[in-house]
Amino acid sequence: MTVLHYLRALVGIVKRELFRFVHQRERFISALVRPLLWLFIFAAGFRSTLGVAIIPPYETYILYEVYITPGLVAMIQLFNGMQSSLSMVYDREMGSMRILLVSPLPRWFLLICKLLAGTLVSVAQAYAFLAVAWFYGIQAPPEGYLALIPALVLTGLMLGSLGLLLSSFIKQLENFAGVMNFVIFPMFFLSTALYPAWKIQESSELLYRLALYNPFSQAVELIRFALYGKFALYPAAYVAVALLLFLAAAIVGYNPSKGMMQRKAGP
Amino acid sequence: MTPAAPALTVGNLSFAYGKRLALDGVSFTVSPGQCGILLGPNGAGKTTLFSLITRLYDSRDGVIEISGWNVKAHSSRALARLGVVFQQPTLDLDLTVQQNLRYHAALHGMPRRLADARIEQELQRQNMHDRRHETVRSLNGGHRRRVEIARALLHKPDVLLLDEPTVGLDVPSRKAIVDYVHALAAEQQIAVLWASHLIDEIAPDDRLVVLHRGKIRALGGVEEILRQTGTGDIGAAFAHLTGTTP
Repeated sequence: MTVLHYLRALVGIVKRELFRFVHQRERFISALVRPLLWLFIFAAGFRSTLGVAIIPPYETYILYEVYITPGLVAMIQLFNGMQSSLSMVYDREMGSMRILLVSPLPRWFLLICKLLAGTLVSVAQAYAFLAVAWFYGIQAPPEGYLALIPALVLTGLMLGSLGLLLSSFIKQLENFAGVMNFVIFPMFFLSTALYPAWKIQESSELLYRLALYNPFSQAVELIRFALYGKFALYPAAYVAVALLLFLAAAIVGYNPSKGMMQRKAGP
Repeated sequence: MTPAAPALTVGNLSFAYGKRLALDGVSFTVSPGQCGILLGPNGAGKTTLFSLITRLYDSRDGVIEISGWNVKAHSSRALARLGVVFQQPTLDLDLTVQQNLRYHAALHGMPRRLADARIEQELQRQNMHDRRHETVRSLNGGHRRRVEIARALLHKPDVLLLDEPTVGLDVPSRKAIVDYVHALAAEQQIAVLWASHLIDEIAPDDRLVVLHRGKIRALGGVEEILRQTGTGDIGAAFAHLTGTTP
């Protein structure tokens, strides 16, 4: 097996994901509509809710819409990460996962390729959302849009690997509701996506602590700072460590000798 | 390796889900050019066996070898020589036939030119080449299966596994696939292992592996099994061995 083999497989897996993304317009549109609903309707209702507080990386008072935009970008990636893992749980997608796993390359490499491919799709979705937001009047400095790319790759990989980990041990999901209730909602609401940390602290010290431990919060903050051209070291390190942990656990989960696949496949 | 060496070896294979034993000391071989039919009622252990051969998970007890390569110890070499048609559909419906096949070729590390040549060869053989630019969604069930068989053969495997590939197909499509795979085994010296519960998919020269409740109940050619069971046809033999009707 040569380096070229690995490379061809990587390109093949990424291409397949991009083809699927282009062909599945409903998936793309629903990924776009969800954050836009939050932006156009939910955020409009809370327009001035932040008052006159100035929170970094912002240099002036901001409207609520501006505040939640990075959180919504992270939400796109959260859904994307969960969706690609969830779709594996469904039988048809489980089949295509098996096609992947039966190919003659190490599992860890195949899983990382799959993760990278899913992340690229989520980055494209995030930029589509930011383009609409731009026309709506939420405009970050131009260099922010460039600085955002590495941040989105890191956060996308972290959320994707969490999805991969879940898919390795969830035996059966009747529908989206389980992951929705137990992963997406708690991660999203208990984060700094919708409200700044100090606002949470005002109401509960415990919730504030939990929100800071939540890797999704750190992903949101990494995106928020990047969008304004700033690098946030702590969130970046936190997200990177979470990525490594989730990925390592997912690789163990998909290991045919040690993993959870056996239990999952059991009757 | 001598020509007579088996392409697929399953030796003393056992596997349990928790305390429930799904496979119990299963041993058989399939030689190049041979079509092995894995016959068993639902719950016999067919899917478990296929999951172990394709290394969805590993067994602690027993050996699986593909062209002499141990699936556990040399999984990449073993899997490179294996083609699989899974029971559930595994093509991307929104992608074209060619995109689906190129994806598979990429997973096997084939350069584009070689991949396209092999795709043409395999599709031509099944009269599907002029449909390569159509999406899989526009194909009927039988044609989708043909594409999956073409895909499983792209990298010229030594062993072809098919897990109940004709489920849900109409009679002519089923017959076409049964005939095609049998011809393939003979002409290209591929070892085929075909899981089925339909006895009309068996050809007179096939080697049968009758599995029931995780154990092999009978092993051998059609006539041999009829002799062993003292029955006149495979249906009766199957009923005799498993206590169920196929």
